[in-house]
Amino acid sequence: MSHTKEHIYSLLAQVTDPEIPVLTILDLGIVRDVICTQENEVEIIITPTYSGCPAMDAIAFDIKLKMIEAGYTQVKITYTLSPAWTTDWMTETGKQKLKQYGIAPPIERSSRINKLLFDQDEHIPCPQCGSTNTKLLSEFGSTACKALHQCMDCKEPFDYFKCH
Amino acid sequence: MKNQHIINSVLHIADTTLILGQRNAAWCAHGPILEQDIAITNITLDLIGQARNFYQYAASLINEADNKNETEDTLAFLRNERDFKNFLICELPNGDWAQTILRQFFFSTFQQLMYQKMMHSSDNQLAAIAAKSIKETNYHVKWSSEWVIRLGDGTDESNQRMKNAIEYLWSYTGEFFIAADYESIDVAGLKHEWLEKVKLVFEEATLSIPENTFMQTGGKTGVHTEHLGFILPEMQSLQRNFPGVEW
Repeated sequence: MSHTKEHIYSLLAQVTDPEIPVLTILDLGIVRDVICTQENEVEIIITPTYSGCPAMDAIAFDIKLKMIEAGYTQVKITYTLSPAWTTDWMTETGKQKLKQYGIAPPIERSSRINKLLFDQDEHIPCPQCGSTNTKLLSEFGSTACKALHQCMDCKEPFDYFKCH
Repeated sequence: MKNQHIINSVLHIADTTLILGQRNAAWCAHGPILEQDIAITNITLDLIGQARNFYQYAASLINEADNKNETEDTLAFLRNERDFKNFLICELPNGDWAQTILRQFFFSTFQQLMYQKMMHSSDNQLAAIAAKSIKETNYHVKWSSEWVIRLGDGTDESNQRMKNAIEYLWSYTGEFFIAADYESIDVAGLKHEWLEKVKLVFEEATLSIPENTFMQTGGKTGVHTEHLGFILPEMQSLQRNFPGVEW
């Protein structure tokens, strides 16, 4: 077993989000740093997505399990809040995987959040048919990170991983 | 003493977000339509998540100072009514959808301004929690503002319900801006901007701000309405009956 950062990252690339299993925690930008202190000892620093996201506890547990499976005996998970997590950290691969899974990936930078009342995210492409003739149904969806949209062409409702 | 002030100010925000979260959570499966049921419960989740961050921080400060063994759970579930420092407005009954919406609008608009200040706190942990939380609060402000406009400028019925809600809730908004002795953020300085934001939305909603200026106070120092006395037994019953229980 090699105790390099790269090796640990390759293990972390196998840990997925329990709510959106196509995304790894690296795709989501949750892993902020990895510190190998000694042989078999590792500290993994992660950041929560939303303050109340119930997936975080499951993710921390899954990381621990994965590291123990790989032979690490001392695994420490540290949470950091700063800088605050943003969808800008989601990888391009992650966005592609989301789309194939049927969830529209975040299309803008998080800096546009203070938008006007009744303003909508325009032209979020439907992950089913690709049409941009879509509308917002609700800014709050099935999980904290998603909004609910509908395609006006194929009529399918779909989740949008909203900018944050 | 300085440390006690910080602990109290963190508990004040933790209690406020928890109690409003607990209130809003009662809408789960009772929302007017499915999408809005999901919206209010998502907001609840954000608020309770924020409460957890503040309680965890408060627990670490208390344990550091007094060599105690507090956790986020003991602070939320094993403190009594007089220990809770939440705003009175958070413990008021949900009432109808208009009352719930208006409270969220008043509170989130305040919370957004407060977090803007807290983001620049010299306390790194508070600054970090604020910077994270405000991203969620921005969505709450937008959502609740839109609903105030939709109902205020809606039908005669929805307009009347908003007016009733304003009459009931207005006197509980003054507490936002009266600093407790433990607070370091200049909350009084937020009042003008809050009022401007409320006026802007009210104008659009064809609603007006009441002229009466009497304001209720007490929540920040543990003097509550009778309602908190009913919330706590329900919220805390599991930990009170089965201390330390987990699932």
